[in-house]
Amino acid sequence: MPDVAAHAAAAVIDVFREEAARVTAALIRRFGDFDLAEDCVQDALVAAVETWPRDGVPERPAAWLTTVATRRALNRLDRDRRYREKLADVAVEQQDGREQDDRLRLILACCHPALSREAQVALTLRAVAGFTTAEIARAFVAPEATIAQRLVRAKRKVAAAGIPYRIPSEEELGDRLAVVLDVLYLVFNEGFLATRAGVPSHRNLAEEAAWLAALVCRLLPNEPEPMGLLALMKLHLARGQSRFDRAGQMVLLAEQDRARWDRSLIDEAIGLIERAARQARPGPYQLEAAIAACHAEAPSIDGTDWAQIVVLYDMLLTLAPSPIVGLNRAIAMWQVDGAETALRDLDALAAHLDGYHLFHAARAEILSALGRREQAHAAQLRALALTDNTAERALLERRLYSHEPA
Amino acid sequence: MKYVFLFCGTAADQAAFDALTPDELREQYVRVGRWFAGHHGRLGNGNQLQGPETATTVSFQGGRPIVKDGPFIEGKELVGGYTEVETADLDEALAMAKSWPGGGAIEIRPVVVQR
Repeated sequence: MPDVAAHAAAAVIDVFREEAARVTAALIRRFGDFDLAEDCVQDALVAAVETWPRDGVPERPAAWLTTVATRRALNRLDRDRRYREKLADVAVEQQDGREQDDRLRLILACCHPALSREAQVALTLRAVAGFTTAEIARAFVAPEATIAQRLVRAKRKVAAAGIPYRIPSEEELGDRLAVVLDVLYLVFNEGFLATRAGVPSHRNLAEEAAWLAALVCRLLPNEPEPMGLLALMKLHLARGQSRFDRAGQMVLLAEQDRARWDRSLIDEAIGLIERAARQARPGPYQLEAAIAACHAEAPSIDGTDWAQIVVLYDMLLTLAPSPIVGLNRAIAMWQVDGAETALRDLDALAAHLDGYHLFHAARAEILSALGRREQAHAAQLRALALTDNTAERALLERRLYSHEPA
Repeated sequence: MKYVFLFCGTAADQAAFDALTPDELREQYVRVGRWFAGHHGRLGNGNQLQGPETATTVSFQGGRPIVKDGPFIEGKELVGGYTEVETADLDEALAMAKSWPGGGAIEIRPVVVQR
């Protein structure tokens, strides 16, 4: 029977990932209670794990989960002293098939600007992606009790402060959506390059974030920024394997084996960028994706359209000014206008970026190209002192020895 | 949902307010008055408070009341007034707060409702 059991377990995981948010959101709308909805969906999952291996996977697993979770919720409310009150609400609730909207409402509530960024991340992973508390704790290298506490506080705030499950007005949607996308990109990056962990990459967290971004694209098919974010994630994932060599050492873009890049992911991403561009509403994620696409399509570092990349960075600086974008622009300028210009642009950012390891790493590379070896060495040491990430440290150390002053 | 808006500011905000010319002050009151009129249906009781230098604090130490000159919250931040607000949810309250023309900061606190 292990095959049947394994098949059933895999089915539970598949169904849960796709349906957890849908069922949770539907229950929240129906019963107006975050905790109740979440507990009952978890109960239904436990029931699935127990019964599916024995009785087989039901024909419509999602409907099965909804039915079981709803029955649990009704049973609990039956015991609850608020039973009558709630029952009255439930009775007037219309079945209007707004399931899509439900999940969007849930995501927007989890990423409400009245919650801290940490709470937004934890709630989204818990309620929308169906992570357990232990899984979130593992992903963020935090004690489980800390995450549990964070979730309790966040849910308490949602209820106590009156954070609504509502699609914001058209004029507000842009700002609210930007928060959602930032949360998903943070989760993605945490998985793609976990800065605190000894392990350089958590594959799953990045893929979960990409799945969530795809979900937001499906729920808001006319919004270009989610498409931009999904494209950006796909472009990172396409190059993910080639960022490390066989020994697990980090490899710089210039030295990556471009034949190992995943062409089909790159094509999907470019398709998304083009679809988003048809909306003629550029945004930061669309521009970041377009820049990543320039790299992904180029045959080599020298064959890269750096002038186009500088133009895209300029647009990005207009829409979302940040010193990090300035840093990246300066590096692109190196290829367009030479190392002197790049160094001048870079040094203009020193006041903002002195504590950022990649600022010093970039300076070291440019100084070294200019033959200023002692300064390059000093910058390299500064970069090294500023990062804890194992893979990044190893790379910086290797560069350090290659630039060691004579 | 019932909330209280606490109109807060820093000593610097207060100094800027004190430095307004009579004309500017009148314009400011018109803008603020318009905000209160526009949200009339959602507002409960509320008042502007006199400055923190007028405050007296009664605190309890070991159950004994101690009377002291000055506000409880010390430092650069101060509460300048409050109003009760009733809206469907936090988003409506946030929209109201975002349209406040008086500057400073608004702390939005849900009120404990006895069941």
